[in-house]
Amino acid sequence: MRVPWRLLAVLLLLAAAILIPLGQKNYLIYVLTSWLIFSIAAMGLNLTLGYAGQISLAQASFMAIGAYTTALMTLAGWHWLVALPIGLVLCFVVGLVLGYPALRVKGHFLAFVTLAFNTLVFLLLRNEEWLTGGTYGLSGMPRPDLGLFSTDKQLSFYYFTLGVAVIAALAMWGIVRSPWGRAFKALRENPVRAESLGVDTRRVTLLAFAIGSAYGGLAGALVTPLVQFIEPGSFGLAHSLRVLLMVVVGGAGSFFGPFIGAAVVILLPEVLRFTEGYYLIIYSGLVIVMLVFVPSGLIGIWGRLRDRFRPQRQMRGDMPEGARLP
Amino acid sequence: MTGPVLSVRNIEKSFGGIRAVRGVSFDVRKGEVLGLIGPNGSGKSTLFNCILGQLLPDAGEVSVNGRPVSGLRASHLNRLGVGRTFQQLSVFPKMTVLDNIILAGQEHHGTMLSRLFGAPDAGLTQEAERMIAFFRLNHLRDELAGSLSYGQQKLVDAAMAFMAGPSLVLLDEPAGGVNLTMLSHFKDRLAAYNAEHGTTFVVIEHNMEFVMSLCTRIIVLAEGAIIAEGTPEEIRSNPTVIDAYLGG
Amino acid sequence: MSQFLQVLLSGLATGAVYALVAIGFTLVWQAAQTVNFAQGEFVMLPAFFVLVGMNWLGLSFWISLLFGLAVSVLLLGLVFKKLVVEPILPHGGITLIIATMALGILLKESAKEFYGAEAQPFPALFPGDPINILGAAVSLRDLMNLAISLGVVMLLTLFLNRTRTGRCMQATAQNPGVAEILGVDVKRMVLYTFLINAALAALASFLITPVYLAKFSNGETLGLIAFIAAIVGGFNQIRGALVGGLLIGVLDNLTATYVTAQYRAALPLILLIAIILLRPQGIMGTSEGRTV
Repeated sequence: MRVPWRLLAVLLLLAAAILIPLGQKNYLIYVLTSWLIFSIAAMGLNLTLGYAGQISLAQASFMAIGAYTTALMTLAGWHWLVALPIGLVLCFVVGLVLGYPALRVKGHFLAFVTLAFNTLVFLLLRNEEWLTGGTYGLSGMPRPDLGLFSTDKQLSFYYFTLGVAVIAALAMWGIVRSPWGRAFKALRENPVRAESLGVDTRRVTLLAFAIGSAYGGLAGALVTPLVQFIEPGSFGLAHSLRVLLMVVVGGAGSFFGPFIGAAVVILLPEVLRFTEGYYLIIYSGLVIVMLVFVPSGLIGIWGRLRDRFRPQRQMRGDMPEGARLP
Repeated sequence: MTGPVLSVRNIEKSFGGIRAVRGVSFDVRKGEVLGLIGPNGSGKSTLFNCILGQLLPDAGEVSVNGRPVSGLRASHLNRLGVGRTFQQLSVFPKMTVLDNIILAGQEHHGTMLSRLFGAPDAGLTQEAERMIAFFRLNHLRDELAGSLSYGQQKLVDAAMAFMAGPSLVLLDEPAGGVNLTMLSHFKDRLAAYNAEHGTTFVVIEHNMEFVMSLCTRIIVLAEGAIIAEGTPEEIRSNPTVIDAYLGG
Repeated sequence: MSQFLQVLLSGLATGAVYALVAIGFTLVWQAAQTVNFAQGEFVMLPAFFVLVGMNWLGLSFWISLLFGLAVSVLLLGLVFKKLVVEPILPHGGITLIIATMALGILLKESAKEFYGAEAQPFPALFPGDPINILGAAVSLRDLMNLAISLGVVMLLTLFLNRTRTGRCMQATAQNPGVAEILGVDVKRMVLYTFLINAALAALASFLITPVYLAKFSNGETLGLIAFIAAIVGGFNQIRGALVGGLLIGVLDNLTATYVTAQYRAALPLILLIAIILLRPQGIMGTSEGRTV
């Protein structure tokens, strides 16, 4: 009877997400909206990192591609809903082009290639003023008007983002439960065996990266109408690292990890405000400590607590023996 | 009459100055259970890896169902109908037995896209359950594969190799480390599978008794070349083979 | 022509310093499967240690250099290995990579908060006066940087190839299991590698900071360039990292002078992507070599 409990918890959280912002100040609603947006970006990167086991340091530049595409198109009078798919496809294709050569070679090449790519995108955004407005960025993008439902108010835009996030999460749930999800898991546990059973490791990893990148694009497409002002500085390498750490802090490879990680990274600066400039020092220090003791992230801590307080299922006699074998 | 399932032609492989395999050729027909035996260093592992595409032979050709396969990636070879088991334990420890076995079949069903949007089990649950029942693992269906005993994991490994309905299965030291009771069950299941489906096996094995009772034909390698070939009875009484094993 | 020579020489000088960083990065990767994403910060920081020695402790410049070297070897070598690499490596390479990224942020922000966000002047080791060589005006600093870096690389190569400890280190890097069986103290050799990496980074820091000024964000570019030099060079060879570093230094200077300064930073990135596309084993690597 595990599944109903989990479903119940999710519904409860969803209800909380709907009720909490009611009657709150705009600032809190803004923080919650950016939590949702970063959760989407982190969810995508989780597919790349947690499921396919590849480091991408370009999630911020995929956010940039999504953000600038929707910004340029909505400024030119197109509807956000038309701009969005174009941004997503662009991210997906760029992901394929970037990942293909990097994943041909064993190792952490994708990390280096995406690192280089993020810097490259930053330079392009800064230097190609005719298109991107250079360091001044782009501003005045309209928020999407969905006919019956205008998103001009902060609260209604929050609900709009929540709706998009729920759809994105459901799609991700579908992916990790599909045969692909099984292939990812197999890849993580024993890549050689997976390959010998017909899993095309390279292709699966590449597609995971491309889909993860498209999630970055989706997050970026939501940033544009949220802040209505975008500039290259918001999509630098530091931001890619930020998203990466969200995934790791929440728990790479777990479905709900990214939401927790994003919450921590968004909320921690508020909590640690009294430490002023030392916030990032404390945060990165904590991340290292966490990686030493609980590499599976905050979700891992939860798992450990649960195991401690809940009686174990009856162990079969030969289980300890089986577990000891390599 | 169809051609051989596996055809090995003049395979040569050297490491540095040492010729590990010296022009070995043989064919394996449909439904045969071929044993590859030989003392340590006889080149059987090298040959095995050449057949599996893990090693590229210096010369010669390996074909499966008439198709040359040298240098193919493992996943590609598998999709051409070649299954294999591993010498070391090779299950996915944190997946259930059922998931292990479904995984082994899913890449052979549908397209990349249908595997993304289709049913989570790729429609393979029933087939996987039949495979589990065949190996008498029913009670372990929902256990994590890593929690099984060594012998049980070997059975899961074999079940995975068969799941995609391969025409050829390469078994790498299947008997190694398995206790006697489990071993006779294992052998019985392999033989039954061969009888039911007519799948061709190539077995590398040290355990003589296991090879002699399972295989229909045996090839003996020594110093990279075939020194004897025949039915288990012929091999058992072949003086060259006895020399190779005793005299070295 | 003389301008070209000038650009070439100063490119080689910067490139040689990049090479020091890339070599350290490669050594650590090889010996301990540690892809150190904080490598750039490892080069940024030693200059600050020197400034601390001079401005806070009141030491003279040359003593401060020694102080900076010692602190670097201690913190970026010993402490890094004991507190970060050793406990995290068993959790897997990716976890360790991410830890080094977090470490990079930690070091960068620490330099910013504890010393200052402004770029700090850093005393030059050698005068920057131009010298005339074949009509090209080359600064003495560039020549000395080039000479010192190449000299250190040569000494390091001699150490690795000619001394017993050096050969043990190489054995450890190539196959720790076999080295262990042969009686090599693998743990000690790995530790030496971390110490050497820290020392190389410190040296690079002392040579390059007079040009760049000491700034907390120096590591971003330096780290990236070191990775690229290592990959371009084939990742697992000192020679490769050296050639990679020199190549990037020269190309960087040539682009800035003759093509575009705006996209100067893009060149190494494009080089990286080209290498991965065309020759993933690196220009000096062999395809037989161990992949990352």
